[in-house]
Amino acid sequence: MNIIAEMKKEKSRRSFIKNISLATFSALALSGCDMEAFDEFLQQNFRTLSDEEKNEIVKNLEIKYKEKYGKEFHVSDKPAIEGTLFGYALDLSKCVGCRKCVYACVNENNQSREPQIQWIEVLQMEKEKGIDFADSNAQYNPEKVPEKGHFYVPVQCQQCRNPQCVTVCPVKATWQEPDGIVVVDYNWCIGCRYCMAACPYDARHFNWGEPTVPVAELNSEMHYLGNRPRKKGVVEKCTFCIQRAREGKYPSCVEICPVGARKFGNLLDPESEIRYILENKRVLVLKQELNFQPKFYYFFGN
Amino acid sequence: MKRKVYRITQISVIFIILNIGLFTGCNNKGSDNIETNKVYTELTGNITSEKGEEYAVEAPPFSDGIFPCTECHADMESNPVRRELVDMHDDISQIFNHDSENRWCLDCHDLNNRDSLRLASGKLLDFKESYKLCGQCHGEKYRDWKVGVHGKRTGEWNGKKEYLLCVHCHNPHSPKFRELTPDPPPIKQEEIK
Repeated sequence: MNIIAEMKKEKSRRSFIKNISLATFSALALSGCDMEAFDEFLQQNFRTLSDEEKNEIVKNLEIKYKEKYGKEFHVSDKPAIEGTLFGYALDLSKCVGCRKCVYACVNENNQSREPQIQWIEVLQMEKEKGIDFADSNAQYNPEKVPEKGHFYVPVQCQQCRNPQCVTVCPVKATWQEPDGIVVVDYNWCIGCRYCMAACPYDARHFNWGEPTVPVAELNSEMHYLGNRPRKKGVVEKCTFCIQRAREGKYPSCVEICPVGARKFGNLLDPESEIRYILENKRVLVLKQELNFQPKFYYFFGN
Repeated sequence: MKRKVYRITQISVIFIILNIGLFTGCNNKGSDNIETNKVYTELTGNITSEKGEEYAVEAPPFSDGIFPCTECHADMESNPVRRELVDMHDDISQIFNHDSENRWCLDCHDLNNRDSLRLASGKLLDFKESYKLCGQCHGEKYRDWKVGVHGKRTGEWNGKKEYLLCVHCHNPHSPKFRELTPDPPPIKQEEIK
């Protein structure tokens, strides 16, 4: 009796599978899309790809972006330069809180304008209280800055040596590159936002909606692990402008800063600006007690 | 055995269903082709660091028509007595705020060689080397500037760099930074729709 019931059940399951398969295949045929998206869906984690595969993927992306946006793009997959470990220093005695860095970063890294995503947040703090996140204000908007009795702490990804955002990622979609930059593979990210919960610096940002960037403002120099267009449902973050840094250039926040408060370089090079700062200035890292060991240092130049 | 086959078919069905969602979501739209403009700054000078590296700098920022100074001063009699300037350079007198209690024009400008600056030692300096003049008082800043820590550097973190002279950011007659208008604050969380 039991066997008969089991057989009946199997039969109905079998016909269900048969029908659904037919339906999906016909839907597939009707949808009219090429196999590109299918390939993209089956693409492996970026770190497991061979150089040839990476090269093919970025070439395909260039074609895809050209079709989509109607202009030429260069998508790089350039790996870390050997013997580099990037570090960053910000002079708290100079920053005036003008937010020029915030918007230079938005433009350079194709951050969504609507809904708004900004990788840098400038916090205004009271000199009387010192560094105090609980009492900080990101919404300050006076006629002129700096305001009396205040100082400014711009916060972005601190590029930790011990990044817990990486540890918690259940699918290994984010990792630390050999040059110390923590990156995200947007194709692999499942949008669980565990990394955002793990980051004590609020440095990771989620695409709650389909990101929008005016085509005219799209930066066409891109890196696969950096500023290429993202999609809804993935997490993004500062990459020290990986598309610039790996070409030897300063990040765009360094280039724009009107008071020269931002410094960037190779921590492994004893002659670099960043090493001079570490050796000669009073340096601090944010939330040191957490032992995430940021490579983003704050210092007092004056 | 049969069960195993069913299991595999089941998985592939789920997989295909997932794919439909992916395909229906893809459509390619063409957009306007607009090229981005780039601004190039002309660099006219060079600084040589202690290590012998050369860095490009922009030319010193003179007010229109002010240089060379000898254009006017050549026919004028020199007067070394400290005084308030009234007929000419009164705009500078008005803003002058750089240890104004103890210093005036001829502490940095040379009395006899108007197109030169002058160190405390009496040594003459070209305007392109004004940073050496600043450095005679601001030694620590000068040291930091030479290694790229004070002031702004652009270019390559590991190669060619472009410097700014002290006077590109600080008005030598009134060196304190002017206040800036901040760019707009981020959208508040409660305003996100």
